[in-house]
Amino acid sequence: MNAVEMLGITKRFNGMPANDNVDFYVEKGEIHSLLGENGAGKTTLMNILFGMYRADSGIIKINGEEVSISSPRVAIENGISMVHQHFMLVDSLTVTENIVLGQEPKKGPFFDLEDAFRQIGELADRYHFKVDPRAKISELSVGVRQRVEILKALYHKADILILDEPTAVLTPQEVDDLFTVLRGLKEDGKTVIIITHKLKETMAVADSVTILRKGKKVTRLPIEEVDEQKLADLMVGRFVDLNIKKKDLRADRPVRISLEDIVLEKNGKNVLDHVSLEIRSGEILGIAGVEGNGQTELIEVITGIERRYSGRITEDGRDITGTDAAGMLKVIGHIPEDRGMRGYISNFSNWENLILGYHTLPQYMTRQGILKTKQIRKDAQEAIEVYDVRTEGIDQPTGSLSGGNQQKLIVGRALKHHNGVLVAAQPTRGVDIGAIEYIHSQLMAVRDSGGAVILISADLDEIVKLSDRIAVIYEGRIAACRPASGFTESELGAYMLGKGDSADEE
Amino acid sequence: MKNKITDFLKRSQILVSAASLILALLICGLVIAVCGYSPMEAYGAMLKGAFGSKYYFSQTLGTMIPLVFSGLAMLMAVKVGIFNIGIEGQMLVGSFAAALAGRYITGLPKIIHLPLALLAGAMMGGLWALIAAWLKNALGINEVILTIMLNYVAQYVVSYLVSFPFHAEGNVVRTEDIQPTASMTTMVAHTRLYTGIYLAVAATVLIWLMLRYTKFGYELRAVGSNSSAAETAGINAKRYILAAMFLSGALAGIGGAGEVLGYWGYYIPTMTQGYGFDGIAIATMGRSEPLGTFISAFLFGALRNGATGMNRSTSIPGELIEVLEGLVILFVSTPGIFRAARKIIRARNERRTGNGLSA
Repeated sequence: MNAVEMLGITKRFNGMPANDNVDFYVEKGEIHSLLGENGAGKTTLMNILFGMYRADSGIIKINGEEVSISSPRVAIENGISMVHQHFMLVDSLTVTENIVLGQEPKKGPFFDLEDAFRQIGELADRYHFKVDPRAKISELSVGVRQRVEILKALYHKADILILDEPTAVLTPQEVDDLFTVLRGLKEDGKTVIIITHKLKETMAVADSVTILRKGKKVTRLPIEEVDEQKLADLMVGRFVDLNIKKKDLRADRPVRISLEDIVLEKNGKNVLDHVSLEIRSGEILGIAGVEGNGQTELIEVITGIERRYSGRITEDGRDITGTDAAGMLKVIGHIPEDRGMRGYISNFSNWENLILGYHTLPQYMTRQGILKTKQIRKDAQEAIEVYDVRTEGIDQPTGSLSGGNQQKLIVGRALKHHNGVLVAAQPTRGVDIGAIEYIHSQLMAVRDSGGAVILISADLDEIVKLSDRIAVIYEGRIAACRPASGFTESELGAYMLGKGDSADEE
Repeated sequence: MKNKITDFLKRSQILVSAASLILALLICGLVIAVCGYSPMEAYGAMLKGAFGSKYYFSQTLGTMIPLVFSGLAMLMAVKVGIFNIGIEGQMLVGSFAAALAGRYITGLPKIIHLPLALLAGAMMGGLWALIAAWLKNALGINEVILTIMLNYVAQYVVSYLVSFPFHAEGNVVRTEDIQPTASMTTMVAHTRLYTGIYLAVAATVLIWLMLRYTKFGYELRAVGSNSSAAETAGINAKRYILAAMFLSGALAGIGGAGEVLGYWGYYIPTMTQGYGFDGIAIATMGRSEPLGTFISAFLFGALRNGATGMNRSTSIPGELIEVLEGLVILFVSTPGIFRAARKIIRARNERRTGNGLSA
């Protein structure tokens, strides 16, 4: 019996098909992975199922019956619920209040809060969720918030649960916890669909997988018949090299950049708490940590955007403490963590964005402050070819490129101009596998040619795969810093959650 | 070549602006008809009033001079991401400063005195705008509120100064005549057209070159488009906000100074009234590009003189022209209307093909 059946779904945006005659089904009581790159049409397909969009053509059957899902409300009535990537919770309310919102238990005309607490407590116990129904959302970690979202779906009597990129913001432990939760739901007869582009997770938790590519269904397979390599190839449509070839470390790796006892205070709290790090040439230093533990501030300090810190920064032994962003950029290349916010200017053309931050270099500007547009445009043309930026041309506004190509442009800009030190923050966030492969190999090339790379990423796999040394940051402190081989994955996870030392003792 | 032209049209969105103008003309024609007048007669009279003879055309060109400056002033502010509602006040203090410099500095040859008087207007306008920019940077106060309030301060302070300390002899509230050495030449006798038009052209070209080809313009646009990205690129956003606002105010000040030195010959209250606010509409209609702003200032000048012509030769009230102006601004500043219309049409076409497929 199929819980969900979608037949011949087509959906176009501005004439471009996001879903092209897609057939999709999920059996009742299975965990199904909907796998594909960004822009493959996964989320569109699920938004159609959840009633956020209407398909241009095609039919939907729930438990064998054809239904017309015109809005999320209708979807919920049909037992479908969706947990979005960005949680929709009210921070100042309790877990219970958030869950019952809109369907509050009543005592007469009044909201019966005690009854609500009781109901949610029972619901959480039944699925072995460790959630305190009386806790405020603002006090909870991301992983627990996600469980609240799932509880909300269950409270609304969902039988079919859609999770959009559920692990994007979780630590390895939290991912494991989530999978346990999902398996529990499955035992209870619920149907689970996870939208993801992560191969490892699909292998770990799914019973079957549907692969979408460029809006079309590629295939549907039981998980026993695939492995990570096969999934990657099907997703991209060509052979993808998942393994990075790491050359041996060079013998001499002098320290390029050194941070000594950096303290940064914000709102009375040390967001960077006596951080000391050495970045050596010829190696990649990975900074692992749950987002919001000081990574952003660390990047801002190293790149000179934030200058109100105490402590010392040196480059090749020379004191560069307090240098501003313009000065730091001459020393340290920067791939910003939030490309939309800091990486590029959306209404600037590609050639204008390709010199952003480097526009004052003598090859781009005369001493009188006149831009050498001819030279800039020539270099830009070369750069988009070398760094494989797919675009209509150097005059196209960067804002209208796909995310992956925007990122390649930003990475290309940093690679072209850096002076042997590179801060790469979330270098592959929201980027397709093909582009990830490319960006990883470029970062490796920088390392192999003697460059020093600091890699900050929320994606632990990326850190583990690329780094020579890993520093774990937790609440603004470096909880541990060792060669990459010195950590097991669970140790890393423990340090990321601030339980590093207890994990060592156990 | 053909591609280049269509590209240019697409990018500068001239089509949208032109379409808005035509639409506004059509609707205003309807309004005129409903009011019981003949639209053809009205538009005929307007055309004559704006372009009908050398005199009328010169009047149109003369009217556009301060409008070019207020439009460019708005453009400068918009480019750095600030909404400068204070152009009105900046023009006012600029014109008053120029009137004083033109009157009380004596014994200089024209080649020095005239630029000095213009500079006085520019500096005063620029400094007035700088107050708002500085307060925004230092205290984070919203620039819209600051500039609106500074308009009132400018209006009443200058009103006091012209009413008492600098009141010219006679009953009229105005300043004394400027020295001949500070005056700009009238190009066509008995019209508003003075040599300031050359300044307007020069300012337009210079700003275009500056924005497109210099480090200053590049960084300024970067700050205005995405200040975080600009900061990441090592650009000091606050400094650019100060610089662009100073330039914006200075342009407004020159516009006001030109009216004193080229047309009136003295400062008289309300002489620049409304020009500052027109600048907002003009820059918007010009898509915040220098050339577009110049063209839309010309169009506004033509509308103004067309209205005068219509008043003179028909019984149609000139207020109807204000309806037209309002409609033009409405359509131009809401390109969303066009985008939405396009989307609806496209969606409708798609639905048709979509249905075709499923059937």
